[in-house]
Amino acid sequence: MSEEKLSILIVDDEEVVRDSLVHWFTEEGYDVDSSASAPDALSKLAGREFDLVIADIRMPGMDGIELLEKIRSEQLDTSVIVMTGYASVETAVRALKHGAFDYITKPFDPDDLSVVVRNALEQHRLKRENRMLRQQLTEEASLNELIGGSDAMRRVREQIETVAGVDSTVLIEGESGTGKELVARAIHRLSPRRYNPMVVVHCGALTETLIESELFGHEKGAFTGAQYRKKGKFEAAMGGTVFLDEIADISLKTQTDLLRVLQEREIVRVGGTQAIKVDFRVIAASNRNLAEIVKEGKFRSDLFYRLNVFTIHLPPLRERHGDIPLLATHFLDKYSTQMNRKFTGFDRAAMDMLIAHNWPGNVRELENIVERAVVVGHEPLIRAHDLALPRPAEGAEDLSLESVERRHIVRVLEDFGWNQTQAAKALGIDRVTLYHKIRRYGLKPPAKAARV
Amino acid sequence: MILVPVGEFPEWLLARLSRRTRIPLGPPRVDPAVAWNPGRGQYDSNRLLAELKAHYDGVVIGATACDLFIPVLTFVFGEAEMRGRAAIFSIHRLREEFYGLPENARLLESRALRELLHELGHLRGLAHCQDWSCIMSSAHSVERVDTRGDKFCHDCRLKLEAAGAAHGVPA
Ligand SMILES: Nc1ncnc2c1ncn2[C@@H]1O[C@H](COP(=O)(O)OP(=O)(O)O)[C@@H](O)[C@H]1O
Ligand SMILES: [Zn+2]
Ligand SMILES: [Zn+2]
Repeated sequence: MSEEKLSILIVDDEEVVRDSLVHWFTEEGYDVDSSASAPDALSKLAGREFDLVIADIRMPGMDGIELLEKIRSEQLDTSVIVMTGYASVETAVRALKHGAFDYITKPFDPDDLSVVVRNALEQHRLKRENRMLRQQLTEEASLNELIGGSDAMRRVREQIETVAGVDSTVLIEGESGTGKELVARAIHRLSPRRYNPMVVVHCGALTETLIESELFGHEKGAFTGAQYRKKGKFEAAMGGTVFLDEIADISLKTQTDLLRVLQEREIVRVGGTQAIKVDFRVIAASNRNLAEIVKEGKFRSDLFYRLNVFTIHLPPLRERHGDIPLLATHFLDKYSTQMNRKFTGFDRAAMDMLIAHNWPGNVRELENIVERAVVVGHEPLIRAHDLALPRPAEGAEDLSLESVERRHIVRVLEDFGWNQTQAAKALGIDRVTLYHKIRRYGLKPPAKAARV
Repeated sequence: MILVPVGEFPEWLLARLSRRTRIPLGPPRVDPAVAWNPGRGQYDSNRLLAELKAHYDGVVIGATACDLFIPVLTFVFGEAEMRGRAAIFSIHRLREEFYGLPENARLLESRALRELLHELGHLRGLAHCQDWSCIMSSAHSVERVDTRGDKFCHDCRLKLEAAGAAHGVPA
């Protein structure tokens, strides 16, 4: 199962340059060789094929441009990148005229170097073959990770399969903890973009000032202390998927910026002037009904229509009780293995309790409860009292700090019509902290509040 | 295998990294000043690798806050001898402050952990992996450090196990 490595020949008269590039490209997984002079490089090229030659322009004797000419006149099938010691536009242009793929200036920014090399090799049309095997493996794994035998989950799996291959935007709606991110990952892994990254933006966790840089990046010096450029998520996706979680939480200003990126497929880094082409697919998620928020005037309708091309609705766990035993067993296996414990299942009372609970925090809450039970329980069975769930024996009020905090937060949120900014102010915490608490407790506005 | 600080390094972070990877800490012995390059205003990473090998027996991973470079590149996050004895990684460009953003200790820890595990993979002979979510995929910018996952992919894990190194690899 040996993968065919791409080969690179480094040509430079300086030993330290050769050595460090050979080391660097070896780490990158390339098959690398080096030559100290152009004639030596030509004899190596005569002996075997290289996918790419990276040659210094200035070398004693035959220089990089002459080497390039030779390679072209002998019609050797290889791409060439030239290195220059200082930014010199003329030599670079001369190299390009002679058929170099690109040029780079020493010292190289590692990210730029890897991009240039990747592009050169891509152009050389050599990438694909060794990826077939991995492809099949991921496809099977992705859908199996989504546990659930209910009709609802079966439909979700079908929808994932339908939409994965189509490059359209996807909107996933469902309460917090219902598995929206998991679904997004499955779509990405089944899509043609799967060899590029999926990057996640937790919109609600970012302050207004940070989200712009997070999404679009910023240039060196864009603000105090920015010593280096930083790419935003759209650029970092590099042809992959951008998952915008909690999309309803972004401001109208950011919504406008986002709409522009979706339409124009280019971004400008904060503090920058140059428009940069970006290639990505967006999957957005919301724990509230976006259409309602549009009606409230808090979400741009044009952005909503852009996102709402294909919608997947994830029902709350309490509406698919049938999935609870499967999920609980799945998490039990997962955490037993992880913690090296030997649980075989739940006793009757414990399972009844799991099924009876109404899971405001959905699958995430279930997962947390089972994880804790694996820590405190006694093998081989999880018992009811291992589950940190409110007893059905009602009457007694739960006085744990967590429970009191939870109830207090709900009260304050209700007082402010679920406006998180105002509620956070009243609670004396920042909005991001409140956001995390809401997520952790799985809080959500009652249906009627959303319709105000 | 041991983990050692090279120059000033936040103690809390070193302790966390050691705990999470189960790699024991070793005493500081290398002074980064020997690798300082005034022309670049950075520290020569090759030189530090050589120093690490000279000052320690066995396999050693250096953790530093110094900005590292190799001659042809403007910087490196870290470097390792493939299948060798020494590796080093730097948190200089993993800190949000370097990009003008607010300090974020949790993010710094997660980035540092990934860099450490990545270099450990190189020490065990792994080259870069094509799977973008694998910790052995190449990352030459902090954005990529963030997008790649914190686990070895199936293939890389097999290679690691073949190299007899379950050490420091969280399940
Ligand atoms: N159908 C499912 N099968 C297995 N695990 C699930 C499922 N749904 C959710 N989970 C798990 O529950 C947790 C919360 O899911 P997540 O996707 O983060 O929810 P959301 O994005 O909707 O808040 C994750 O750990 C996820 O792996
Ligand atoms: Zn590497
Ligand atoms: Zn891998």
